[in-house]
Formats: sequence, C-alpha cells, structure tokens
Amino acid sequence: MNRMMAIIEREMRKFFRSPTLMITALLFPLVQLIILGNAFGGKIRDARVAVVDEDHGPEAVRVIEAFHSIQANVRTVVMVPRADEVTAREDVRQGKLEGALIIPPQFSRRFLAGENPQLGFVVDNSDQFMASSLQDKMNELVAGLNLPAASAERITSAAALEIVELYPYIDYLKYLLPGSITLAMYVSVMIGGGILYIDDKARGVHEGYLVTPITAVEMVLGLNLAGAIKAILSGVTLTVLGSLIAGLGTAFEPMRMVQWFLLVCATSLAFNGMMFLLMVRVEDPLVPRALFGILNTLLYFPSGAIYPVQAFPKWLQIISRVDPFSFAVHGFKATLLKEASWSAVSHDLLFLTAFGVVSLTASSLLFKRTM
Amino acid sequence: MSPLLRTRQPDAAHAGQAIAVEKIVKRFGDFEAVRGITFDVKDGEIFGLLGPNGAGKSTLIRMMTTLIPITSGKAYIAGYDVAADPNAARCAMGVIPQAMTSDVDLTIEENMSIYAKLYGVPRAEREHNIAELLEAVDLTKWRDAPVKTLSGGMRRRAEIARGLVHNPRIFFLDEPTTGLDPVSRVAVWEMLNTLKQRKQLTILITTHYMDEADRLCDRVAIVDHGKLVALDTPMVLKQNVPGENVVEVQFRITPADWPQRLEKLPGVQSVQDEGGHMYRLLTASGSQTTAALVAMCTGNAVEMTTLNVQNTSLDDVFVHYTGRQLRDEQVKAAMYTMPDRGMRP
Repeated sequence: MNRMMAIIEREMRKFFRSPTLMITALLFPLVQLIILGNAFGGKIRDARVAVVDEDHGPEAVRVIEAFHSIQANVRTVVMVPRADEVTAREDVRQGKLEGALIIPPQFSRRFLAGENPQLGFVVDNSDQFMASSLQDKMNELVAGLNLPAASAERITSAAALEIVELYPYIDYLKYLLPGSITLAMYVSVMIGGGILYIDDKARGVHEGYLVTPITAVEMVLGLNLAGAIKAILSGVTLTVLGSLIAGLGTAFEPMRMVQWFLLVCATSLAFNGMMFLLMVRVEDPLVPRALFGILNTLLYFPSGAIYPVQAFPKWLQIISRVDPFSFAVHGFKATLLKEASWSAVSHDLLFLTAFGVVSLTASSLLFKRTM
Repeated sequence: MSPLLRTRQPDAAHAGQAIAVEKIVKRFGDFEAVRGITFDVKDGEIFGLLGPNGAGKSTLIRMMTTLIPITSGKAYIAGYDVAADPNAARCAMGVIPQAMTSDVDLTIEENMSIYAKLYGVPRAEREHNIAELLEAVDLTKWRDAPVKTLSGGMRRRAEIARGLVHNPRIFFLDEPTTGLDPVSRVAVWEMLNTLKQRKQLTILITTHYMDEADRLCDRVAIVDHGKLVALDTPMVLKQNVPGENVVEVQFRITPADWPQRLEKLPGVQSVQDEGGHMYRLLTASGSQTTAALVAMCTGNAVEMTTLNVQNTSLDDVFVHYTGRQLRDEQVKAAMYTMPDRGMRP
C-alpha cells in the first residue's frame, strides 16, 4: 500500500510541477467547446438571395412581400436584386449569392387561373446546411402564398402535431459540453497515462522501480490511480468552467454535483484502464503519440458528443455501443442537460466502472515485472 | 535493514557471501548473452566486471538485480536466491542502473524519499538516512534542487545516494562513470571508497574503463563474449601476463622479416602486429629492449615514428586473455551504435 502511495506521490508531484501539462489537457477541449459551440448550432442569417421578377404581376408582388417579411423578421435572407435568371444563376455559381428565387413570366396569370405555376429556386447545394435552411424558408413562403385569404370552415378537419419540448432551448454550446468534459479527461489520460508513461519507461524511471520490492499490482494500481486523479482534476475543472461558460446553473445543485462527480470518477477509471491496457507492452515513445489522433477520432466522434448516434450508419453505431466515450457523454448529457434522476445515469456509471475494472485486471495480467 | 529482511532467512550455504553466481546463463532466442558464469563476491569487497560493450556485463548485472529472468543457473544476493526470493534480494541490494533513473522534475530529496518509501523504510529512519547520505555525497545544500538543474557528476552522486537510502548491504553500479568528465569520475571513485568504509558495503561495478577497475576494485572479473575469462586482483592479473613492460612502437616502413627480428631483441617475450607497421612488444626489461630496438633501427635504416614504453595494464591483461584490445572492442561497439553517421564497421 505504501509503495503504491509512493508511486502516486511521485506522479502527482511531477504533475503539479509541470503546469503546462495540466493547461494543455484543459485547453484543447475548452477551445473546442467555445469555438465549436459558438460556430455551430446557430440559425442562418442574412443569406444573400436574389429575386428575379420576370412577371411583375400582383402575385409576384405577394411573393416579394413575403420575401421582405422573412428578411425583416427571422432575417434568414437578404434580398439582392438581379435583372435576369442567367445573371442570378451565374452569381450563385460564383459564390456571390447563396440562392436565387425566379418568378417566371405569366406567373400571376397562371396562378389566378389555377394552373399550378412554379417558382424557381436556384440554390448552392455544395453547402447542405445552407441549402436545406433556405429551402425550408422558401417552402414556408410558398405555403403562405397558397393559403386562402379567409377560411369559411369554423372547425378544421386536418390533423395537427403539437410539439412539447421537455427542456428549455439547448444551444449547441450546451450540447457540446458533455463531449468536451469527456475529451478533457481523454487528453489528460492520453498525456499522463500514455505519453508520459512510455517516456518514463524509455528514460529508465521504471527500471529504477523494478529493482525495489514493489509488486506488479502495486505498480499498476499506483500508476493508474495517479492517472485517474489527474483525469478527475481535468474533468472537474472542465465541468465547472464549461457549465459557467454555457450558463448551466443547475450543474451546481448538490445532488447534480454528486452525480456528475461520480461520472467523472467512473470515466477516469475507464479511460485509464483502457489506456494502460493499450500501453502496457509498448516500449516505443512514438506509439502513444501516433495513437493519440486515431483514438480520438475512433472514440470521440462515434460517441454522440457532436452529432446524434441515431444518424450514424449501422457499423458506426456498433462502435458507439462499446465505446466508453458514448457512456460518459450519455451520462453527462443526462445529468447536466436533462437534470435526470439516478436511474438515467446508473447504466453509464455501471458500464464505465466495469470497463475500468476489466481493463485494469487485464493490464495487470499483461504487465511485466521484469524488463 | 528493510522490514522485509527482518522476517526472511537467507540460504545457509551462501549466507557468508555477499554475492554468489553459479553457472548463470542468459539466452535471448538463439543468442547466448551470458554463458555459464560462476563467481562469488566476499563481504566488503569492491568487485569489478570488466569487458567491452556487448560482453554481457549489463545482462549479468540485470539478472543479479532481478531485472531480467535467469535462463539457467543461480544467483544469490546476501544469501537470498534472486529467482526464489526476489523481494528479499531486492531489499538487500541497492542498484544504480546504467541510465539515470532519477526523476529530473523532482528534487534530490524527493527522489530519495520516494525510493525510501518504495523500499518500506520507516519515516524516522528515512529522514536520518537521507540527511546522512546527502552529507556523504556532498549534496546537502542541493537537497531542494530539481535534478534537472544538476551537472552530470552531481546527478550521478545524487543517484548513488538514492541507491543507498534503504541501507543495503550490497551495491550494484552499472557503468557509474560513463559519460562523466575525468574530474567527476575521480570524485565518484573517492565517494564510493568513502561510502564503502562508512557503511561496510560490498560493491559490484561494471565498467569498460581499465583505470577505473585498476584503481577502484579489489578483484576484477574479465568478461568477454558472455564468458568469464579471468578473475583475480588487478595485481595478480597483471603478474600473470608475460613481461613486465609493454613497448608500443610504430615504423614508417619495415622489412618483411621485421617481426622475427623484433622477437630476437633482449627480454622480448611476445610480439603482436597491430597493423600499419605498429608492433606491441611484451618484455621483461623495457629499458634493454628499447636500447636494442633503437640500435637495430639505426643499423637497418628503419625510421621509427612513435615509441611508447609502459608498465603492464589491465588492457594487456585483456589482450592476454582474449587476444584483442579492449579499446578496439570499444571503438567497434561505438561505431556499431552510430549507424546514422555511416560508421557501421
């Protein structure tokens, strides 16, 4: 026990003596949270869309009025005049415009004659998100045109869907926070448990340990507990900072704090166990550095941290189901964003703890007490 | 004494010896790095393992210090079988591996304290040992300095102090002065002698420096290609080499029968052709041989470019037992470890 504590003491002294490590472990996820959280998830504003009126009839005036209404209210679009369709289409192609609405000749006459005339919408579909948003707005505009001026029916017979939102509006910054907390712990484990572990091994620090009477289990537990403490410090710091930045005041309610702290501990245990299992037989200091990016992509992106798992193809969903990142992200979402009960996070806590225990046991068995 | 050792009993047959190695073998696949070496080290001795890089010294010391498993044979440290009772053996010995294993971000005292805890030294004893050892290695005023701020010599002294923090009986040092400047090397030798006296230590060092083995060791074992080729005191080893002096001489150009003529010079016992018209003569009388050699060169119009007369050294002992020069082996090893510079032999 004392020998294990000596290993932890050494690791922690080293950790606090190199603040760069702590800052690096936190900086990457924090920057990601702030930049991606603010960059994504916002609504499209002031997209330049040309309106080419080749009709000049009363219905064309209604279209342009509806367009002005969108511009003045939700501000999705800004109307840019263009004289003809050819110029407008070319400007969209050259990236000067995001789209062009074409009101063809005879549109008003055909509309009033009930001939189902069509408005043309030229859109730059190389940007799916922009194209989709503009198409939605144009569909709304057309639906508005088709509404009768007044309804004779007193009771509508059409079925309708009422949306009940359980939580207040969650912006992308908040949505990203669980992933960022998990990422902070991953970076801490990768640097502290992966890169520094192999560097120490290569420098001969472990050779020094191996000539002492320390047992393999004491050494494995000492190194892993030290790694887990570092990851917990990163996780707690990012949860507090991230919740303040994202404006999640509920994160500081006592029961909520206990919940996310236990999740931080279980996640640290799981990540450390996984990292030690991967590194237990590695000798080359380049290996953890090379694995850093691969593991990050393989574990972080399929976890649902930045995009819903349900949108993934089947094979990616399978990775997500066994990825400890997924359970950590799910748990943090439940506790921080949904203020869920214990039953919502118990499955995540159980999986992460079991994953940590199994991987630690396996790495203890693989750990070589000799050089 | 470590708490662990208070409860263990050493092997009765080896209780009186500090180190006993019996027919020890280490194989890495098909390669036999250590080939059945047997020796013992008495209490209080400084014992040297001398040999070129790749001779098997470090492999031998790593087996004795439990760092790598023994393929066959036995090793006993303070009477404890290193394979059967490794922890008791570990407590009885201090080890300074070839690489600097101290944590450079921690202070000297922190490094020593952590190692004392790893050996299970109680707090009061720990503090006393650290203070005493720092004073012995003259690093008391640097106790709070991070290891990374120390010079190479100071780091080595700090490592030595760290290796003794649990009061071991036996101290292993794997090439303790490699990479140090001559002044630091002498300082380490003096410090090891002082510590040996103060703490009644048995010391085993590996080295490829002949002067180090000559000046520091009570007995020297010469290891070559994984085998023990000679073992005795430096004095006896040198006496066993024919001749009392070595004459190294180089000529600009020599006649074909020159080696035979050199052999006939007074006192000469053997002549070794070193290549490049350079010869190494072992002689019973350096002065007589040199005088006759100068006369023979003058009479035959052979120009002598260098002449060096010296007493027999451990280098000559190495040549005598292995047929090769230790320094040649070192150069070969150094060239082999620098393939990027295009110096592979």
